[in-house]
Amino acid sequence: MNKKFPDYNGVWVFAEQRDNKLMGVVYELLGEGRKLADEIGCELSAILLGENLGTLADELFEYGADNVYIKESPLLKTYTTDAYSKVIGRAIEKYKPEIVLIGATHIGRDLGPCLSVEAETGLTADCTKLEIDHEDKKILQTRPAFGGNLMATIICPDTRPQMSTVRPGVMDKAVYKKGRKGKLVVLDDVELKSEEIRTKVIDVCKKIGETVSLTDAEVIVSGGKGLGNKEGFKLLKQLADKLNGTIAASRAAVDSGWIDHSYQVGQTGTTVKPKLYIACGIFGAIQHIAGCKESDMIIAINTNENAPIFEIATYGIVGDLYKVIPAMLEELN
Amino acid sequence: MRILVCVKQVPDTSEVKIDPVKHTLIREGVPSILNPDDANALEAALQIKDKNPDTIVDVISMGPPQAKLMLRECLAMGADNAFLLSDRAFGGADTISTSRTIAYGIKKLGNVDIVFAGRQAIDGDTAQVGPQIAFRLELPVVTYVQNIREVKENSIIVERQLEDGFEVVEVQKPCLLTAVKELNEPRFMSIGRIVGAFDTEITVYNHEDIDLDQELCGLKASPTKVYRSFTPEPKGKGEMLTGTINDMAHTVVEKLKEEHLV
Ligand SMILES: Cc1cc2nc3c(=O)[nH]c(=O)nc-3n(C[C@H](O)[C@H](O)[C@H](O)COP(=O)(O)OP(=O)(O)OC[C@H]3O[C@@H](n4cnc5c(N)ncnc54)[C@H](O)[C@@H]3O)c2cc1C
Ligand SMILES: Cc1cc2nc3c(=O)[nH]c(=O)nc-3n(C[C@H](O)[C@H](O)[C@H](O)COP(=O)(O)OP(=O)(O)OC[C@H]3O[C@@H](n4cnc5c(N)ncnc54)[C@H](O)[C@@H]3O)c2cc1C
Repeated sequence: MNKKFPDYNGVWVFAEQRDNKLMGVVYELLGEGRKLADEIGCELSAILLGENLGTLADELFEYGADNVYIKESPLLKTYTTDAYSKVIGRAIEKYKPEIVLIGATHIGRDLGPCLSVEAETGLTADCTKLEIDHEDKKILQTRPAFGGNLMATIICPDTRPQMSTVRPGVMDKAVYKKGRKGKLVVLDDVELKSEEIRTKVIDVCKKIGETVSLTDAEVIVSGGKGLGNKEGFKLLKQLADKLNGTIAASRAAVDSGWIDHSYQVGQTGTTVKPKLYIACGIFGAIQHIAGCKESDMIIAINTNENAPIFEIATYGIVGDLYKVIPAMLEELN
Repeated sequence: MRILVCVKQVPDTSEVKIDPVKHTLIREGVPSILNPDDANALEAALQIKDKNPDTIVDVISMGPPQAKLMLRECLAMGADNAFLLSDRAFGGADTISTSRTIAYGIKKLGNVDIVFAGRQAIDGDTAQVGPQIAFRLELPVVTYVQNIREVKENSIIVERQLEDGFEVVEVQKPCLLTAVKELNEPRFMSIGRIVGAFDTEITVYNHEDIDLDQELCGLKASPTKVYRSFTPEPKGKGEMLTGTINDMAHTVVEKLKEEHLV
């Protein structure tokens, strides 16, 4: 335990739910949080807000939370900055966790900054690595900046809690243990008044069609500008189907209107780490590589032998993707 | 109506190169630009002004004196007044400290109906300053605004981008909104305004001007510290396959089988 801050104790993760389903990153936060808590020698807790949350708390216990702080209210059904930052801010003030981890989702990156101001403490953005400093048990938070050109390790030495938003798709998921139990703490005494909420969510529009979960995919076949047209993705889909995978894209392919933004891999898209990433007609710009370089195996197919994608590829194939992929499909049959 | 847009001068990170020997960023020769999301934020403000000509659109930045050039660009795009928060004491600020200084600057300027910021600056890349300013000014905030549907007397209806769609949010005025690139297409500087922009006085404030204690500025007031920075290590280059297309396809499929990927 840290002697400098005797009042602060424990690792918290924000258990972000949408439509009463935990976001994928929550399991990753629990995995990473468990690791940190074990190293420090403290408990791991989750904070869960919403309405009619059912068995979500049990699920959090089964994924490793020792405690779940919960508040259910119609005012918390869908996320609003005001409601969530007030309740969580007040809970942090009361229970004084030493570390707070939040998924760097569109909601987490809205909530985190408000909580950091409320507590006047540091917040490290979009971390891709967290470690414990063995000397004083503070966390070393590593994150990309300058469009992925620079990595910085950030510390928060003089204030508590230490807060980070964590990039989805990077940390390992927590281990599931059926029937694992923990302590439920109902935040009855943490108040929230409806007048405190100054925004109203009128409507939620989900993209129709196939929803993509790039962070969960084990095989990704990704296409870039080199596809030349929208139809190219049909060929990639054939290969992806054969490998039980999904398709994805570079920003140039998204900007060309060939595929929806939700398929984009990279700095301003999704970070993926599948077992296999096949980059077809993708140049390998740093912003793209930032989102796929942690894949276990990368196969690059590109007509330009000098394309930087080959610098990170496990196997490189110089050639026209419209010839290489059909040849691969044939081999696979 | 008065709208204030927070704008930051940033190095064009798509032009940043890494020194292959020292593994540091080469910043020389890298152009400084108006942060891309802030251009969308300013455009959104100017579109409101286009519809309501009595609107005043001001821009505010914290930065070194060189940031005046970027502020003049904003004036040339159509902003009415520009304010620069500049003081040695502001240097080395993290987002907690940056947002405090900007919030004090905004308080100094007085009444405002809408504050705009960009979602994220392309150098620090944190996306934290916008919501932090809002929280400090006790303004309601909507981040990731991809569309402004309606500006009403006492509220605004916007679309907030989510990973898998968007939500429609009504927010009370005054408020702070952060812009994403999908919000609009920023206009170019108008030739007519460029000359005027260079004649316009840019108001510069230091910590005393905005009534902010020096101890609450810059590095000193920053809870986060950069412990070390480094360039990402390149992953070792793998194997380039050789032979005909069919040979290579065969080899690669064999590799996939070895790894039990098929
Ligand atoms: C702030 C910022 C954020 C960004 N974020 C992202 C991001 O999240 N994700 C992302 O991907 N990009 C991002 N980018 C854009 C990035 O810099 C590149 O512009 C983009 O990744 C290029 O996409 P591409 O490789 O598909 O296209 P190109 O650069 O046009 O490359 C196409 C490649 O296809 C090859 N090719 C052409 N025809 C064939 C063929 N028949 N067979 C095989 N190969 C062929 C070409 O040799 C070339 O290498 C970002 C940029 C900025 C400035
Ligand atoms: C490598 C590196 C890593 C860093 N990591 C962190 C970190 O994890 N946590 C942290 O707290 N700080 C961090 N910082 C410090 C941070 O970059 C600065 O505080 C910076 O002043 C603001 O952050 P940003 O560039 O990320 O802006 P963002 O929060 O991304 O900016 C969002 C919007 O806020 C407005 N805005 C931001 N800065 C200004 C300004 N100066 N003037 C006017 N408007 C502005 C703009 O509208 C902008 O679009 C880091 C700095 C470096 C060099």
